[in-house]
Amino acid sequence: MTILAGISTLSMARWQFAVTTIFHFLFVPLTIGLGLLVAILQTASYRTHDPAWERVTRFFGSLFLVNFAIGVVTGIVQEFQFGMDWSRYSSFVGNIFGAPLAIEGLLAFFLESTFLGVWIFGRGRVSPRVHLASIWLASVGTMLSAAFILAANSWMQHPVGYTIDPKTHQAVMTDFWAVMTNSTFVAAYGHVMFAAFLTGSVFMLGIAAWHLRRGNDTVAFARAARVAIVVTVLASLATMFLGDNQAKAMEVQQPMKMAAAEALYNTERGASFSILTIGNLSDNPIFQIRIPHVLSVLATNSWNGRVEGINQLQAKDVATYGPGSYVPMVWLAYWTFRVMVGLGIVIFLLGGVGLWLMRKRRLERSNRYLRLATWLLVTPFLANTVGWVFTEIGRQPWVVYGLLTTAKAVSGVSAGYVATSLIGFTAIYSLLAVVEVGLMLRLAKRPPAIEEPSAEAPVPELVY
Amino acid sequence: MLASLPPSPSGLEQLWFTLIAVLWLGYFFLEGFDFGVGVLLPFVARDDLDRRVAINTIGPMWDGNEVWLLTAGGATFAAFPLWYATAFSGFYLALFVVLAALIFRGMAFELRHRGEGARWKAWWDRAIFWGSAVPALLWGVAFADFVHGVPLAAGHAWTGTFFDLVKPYALLGGVATLALFTLHGATFLGIKADGPVRERARAAAGRLAPVAWVAVTGFLFWTYLSAHHTHHTGLVPPLLPIAGVVVLAGVGWLVHERLEGWAFVSTAFVVVALFATMLLDLYPNVLVSSVAPRFDLTIAEAASHPYTLEVMSWVALIFTPLVLAYQGWTYWVFRRRVGRPPEVPGATTRAPSAH
Ligand code: HDD
Ligand code: HEM
Ligand code: HEM
Repeated sequence: MTILAGISTLSMARWQFAVTTIFHFLFVPLTIGLGLLVAILQTASYRTHDPAWERVTRFFGSLFLVNFAIGVVTGIVQEFQFGMDWSRYSSFVGNIFGAPLAIEGLLAFFLESTFLGVWIFGRGRVSPRVHLASIWLASVGTMLSAAFILAANSWMQHPVGYTIDPKTHQAVMTDFWAVMTNSTFVAAYGHVMFAAFLTGSVFMLGIAAWHLRRGNDTVAFARAARVAIVVTVLASLATMFLGDNQAKAMEVQQPMKMAAAEALYNTERGASFSILTIGNLSDNPIFQIRIPHVLSVLATNSWNGRVEGINQLQAKDVATYGPGSYVPMVWLAYWTFRVMVGLGIVIFLLGGVGLWLMRKRRLERSNRYLRLATWLLVTPFLANTVGWVFTEIGRQPWVVYGLLTTAKAVSGVSAGYVATSLIGFTAIYSLLAVVEVGLMLRLAKRPPAIEEPSAEAPVPELVY
Repeated sequence: MLASLPPSPSGLEQLWFTLIAVLWLGYFFLEGFDFGVGVLLPFVARDDLDRRVAINTIGPMWDGNEVWLLTAGGATFAAFPLWYATAFSGFYLALFVVLAALIFRGMAFELRHRGEGARWKAWWDRAIFWGSAVPALLWGVAFADFVHGVPLAAGHAWTGTFFDLVKPYALLGGVATLALFTLHGATFLGIKADGPVRERARAAAGRLAPVAWVAVTGFLFWTYLSAHHTHHTGLVPPLLPIAGVVVLAGVGWLVHERLEGWAFVSTAFVVVALFATMLLDLYPNVLVSSVAPRFDLTIAEAASHPYTLEVMSWVALIFTPLVLAYQGWTYWVFRRRVGRPPEVPGATTRAPSAH
């Protein structure tokens, strides 16, 4: 084991969690968002019996399914790796964290997997009404699944409804209702859901724009683009509004995360908001743009609100929890937060300009906008990723805020095992990513067949 | 001896041990035949159309079947945190291999028909075979280890390495589950497939039945002997394993007589009997220590507090019937046999090239 001397189980486990979870969450928001949008398109098709709606439903339906597959297979890893890599964490939180996870399986995963099966294989076997209902139920399933996993995650960010068992030193649930109505969860759920919807809509817009520019099936894709633009505008407004809510909750619940996000070293009243920094974040930045008072307004809703700084919070934490460093990686928190907010604004503008072009009836002919929309397809994926990195990194050194540090949460397994699985999962996921993206690109570029929609069917339906 | 008896579990804890056992049994009953179909794929299919027929017999259900595993995992996490934590970190590498296999298998089902070219499909077909065979083997190994003992020392600290888990008893357990799941898959194809796939599955079942019988009987006999030896009274008298062995002995005949429905019911029963035997044997522990009995992890020690168990009991009580109802409904919707399309023009003949 000498080769592994420099590698700790902890660092391997953290890398593994980061790699697998970020990968899972690249695909999950698209599943949630596209699931809803496909359900909307299919409803339009069902109502109007218009073949153009039917074509876009099938077109985006097959993209949805290819994407769904990755969410499923990477989700299995998520379910088990708490036990594999974080066994001390698991036995500490199982009483509380396990419950939403188990309920998620029963309420959400069964719903989505079963009705997706009906949706894929049931075309022509069940009535159109039941077929439409099945995509809606699958979509509800994806949203429920996000709800339970986020309730679990929010409990780690802000533990409520628990006590510590003096004998076993485990966290024990005392109030399930409190866990499921955690203010952190309510705020995060809205933000994540709308972020997922806009992930779906920006994706749909980008692909529809690509086809519109080439003149492929313009009737169908113009409709998809319009739906996508409307959803993008609404969802990005909601995402920004709810994100701001989260920031306010964070200032109360995890002030250190907020201070790190702003690289605010010393407590200030009427704190200014830094837009951009070049050079060192800690002492002497070479160049900075700051807007006076905005941070105070963002965090506390008042012009001269007091925002605590890293140094003061660190001193306070030492007094509460004992010696140690309670400061997360400031540069990472600072930049991930900025990139997320910046992308949020970009996405809102994308939707807004699209709406304006739609009203002017110039959407289909605005080549520059259409090209830009295709390029911006990646933005929500990036925003989702940095948003989570910010959330999880900003919580460090805690894995359960104020109760359990990450260092104490890890399993007692050897670093070699974790390194093996880390390399294994990374290799497998990279392979999946290549296959997946290749397949998505091919499917996305192939215009729907106008004459015979059955050739485009997302299913091997012949057998039934 | 009596003094070292473990604290007996409360009613609520027993209920949750039972519920988790039911989730595992449901998982192995359902995904057992999925695994079997995957293992049989190279043997029952001669061309791409055959392979699609075989895969489509489980197409609409395999993901729902896998959710039984996810729910078993989640429920174990919630109801017995120490079991979840100790077992999954202890079986680290084995679990990693199972997860990798399930990833490739799941991707294969979803993606094989979306690409073009024979090579693309051939790769995914291999993924289906290995992705089914490996977990079918390793689940048996893992459960056998649960029963026979894992290297738990004081404080339930895991002291062994990967190789402590590969013992003759555990390997026999793996062979037994692999053979049994494959047979179960063959009888499933017997009731779900049509045409040449159905016929070849029948031939395969005929050949597999004696193999599975030998492996399962040997394993159950060994389990009983060692259970008797360690006073795991859940298995005395051993009605369940005997019933399993007897029923399994009849499967070859049922297949021969073309009593396909009964053959499937029989293999399903044997799968349940095999795993129920192991779980009964495990009671009142969740992990048996191979170091010393006093280090066994018991149900009572591993369990969550009553409040968590109560909350989950209510949720399970309300939602399980609903889930069973709609899962049952989908089996009804897709009750028809899957077969090669008739050789006539129209959508059916064009589709093969598209997939
Ligand atoms: C498309 C994605 C997306 C976009 C455009 C935004 N966010 Fe976000 N944000 C997320 C996607 C996301 C996320 C990935 O979904 C996170 C991670 C954890 C969470 O609850 O949501 C997140 C977390 C998150 C947090 C951290 C919560 C915590 O750690 O407790 C804050 C304060 C904000 N966001 C605020 C904003 C603001 C003010 C935005 C607007 C301009 C914004 N976000 C746009
Ligand atoms: C889906 C988006 C998510 C992303 C991208 C994400 C990202 C990360 C990252 C990067 C880490 C490593 C932090 C470090 O280096 O210490 C981490 C840790 C962790 N996260 Fe998340 N996370 C996500 C969601 C969740 C959710 C929903 C949960 C709980 C249900 C969760 C639970 C954990 C745990 C247990 C750890 C390990 C301890 C730690 O290192 O902090 N994460 N996550
Ligand atoms: C780190 C903790 C997480 C765990 C343990 C986890 C677990 C899982 C599992 C087991 C699956 C597969 C379900 C199936 O077979 O159908 C899955 C898929 C899914 N997960 Fe996660 N997940 C995590 C993070 C997240 C987060 C943060 C979200 C949403 C906010 C999310 C939302 C979903 C959704 C919507 C699906 C179904 C759609 C799909 O499969 O793509 N998950 N997850």
